[in-house]
Amino acid sequence: MNFLYRFLFFSFLAIAILLITSCDYQPYKQGKNLYNFYCATCHMDDGTGLKGLYPPLAGADYLANNQSNLACIIRYGLSDTISVNQKTYNQAMPGVKDLNEVQITNVINYINHAWGNKLQHVKVDDIQKSLVDCQY
Amino acid sequence: MVKNFSIISLFALCLFFGCSTETGKLPVMGNKDVIDGKNVYHQISDFKFIDQDSNIVTNETFKDKIYVVDVFFTSCPTICPKVKKQMLRVYDKYQNDDRVSLISHSIDTRRDSVPRLKDYANKLEIDSKKWHLVTGDKEKIYDMADEYFLVALEDPSAEGGYDHSGTIILVDQNRLVRAHANGLIPEEVDRFMKDMDRLLLDNSVEE
Repeated sequence: MNFLYRFLFFSFLAIAILLITSCDYQPYKQGKNLYNFYCATCHMDDGTGLKGLYPPLAGADYLANNQSNLACIIRYGLSDTISVNQKTYNQAMPGVKDLNEVQITNVINYINHAWGNKLQHVKVDDIQKSLVDCQY
Repeated sequence: MVKNFSIISLFALCLFFGCSTETGKLPVMGNKDVIDGKNVYHQISDFKFIDQDSNIVTNETFKDKIYVVDVFFTSCPTICPKVKKQMLRVYDKYQNDDRVSLISHSIDTRRDSVPRLKDYANKLEIDSKKWHLVTGDKEKIYDMADEYFLVALEDPSAEGGYDHSGTIILVDQNRLVRAHANGLIPEEVDRFMKDMDRLLLDNSVEE
């Protein structure tokens, strides 16, 4: 009897561990969905971009160095020539007007933590403030 | 004994149906006519376009080659970049194989001039001898898309002004369409490249 209980206990434990580890933990769910819908057509699902046409977001120095401009870039686009990881890009990026501040925050938090990126966690308040600077 | 037999026969059945026919001949896409007892397949007609280096591209350009086709436009905000990413995989795999070529038809004759195609090609970092980005007479481009079974149409309500499919197709040395894949799905393009290998080994047609 004792053996049966012990067997059951360890089986449950094993199943519990398997369940926990098999769940794909994704804390930035909305951000990911929005990214895949609005951004991944050019920047790709894996954030690698497309050669010299569209810059990568995964491991991109530009992303790390321009955190305060990200919200403005997402909403209003970008037509400057920029340098990302020593490579020059000048294809204009259209803005995404459909996203509200909360959604922009979620997108930024997703790209800041996806594909090995380990950048800051941003709050809606900060995004609202940074969007004031680029209102046209 | 009966049980054993049923297990064995089940196993044999699985083996039988599990075998893929990937070594067989590739099918020919499109309607088939029978004229004088012979099969006549849908064949790509003569064409003449101009590529990113201002070179004239015709059927002669693809003589004795198999080639991969898609439609796009450089300012496409929707599916084109993802399809181009997959086309690049094909390009990379067959970069040094002279039997294979690629052609992308721009369907935006208003904006996609030769210099603009050149700029796009440079940014894609592709060799124009291998991969032709072409433009030309608008009506011819849209007729061509029909021949490839690709959807391409002007639609002011679509993002970027054009509606088109993300399908890529494979044409053999005899101008027959032999395979297609959804250029947005990497797994389909994996299979498509296997089809390309099969076609390179054997381009004959089922009689």
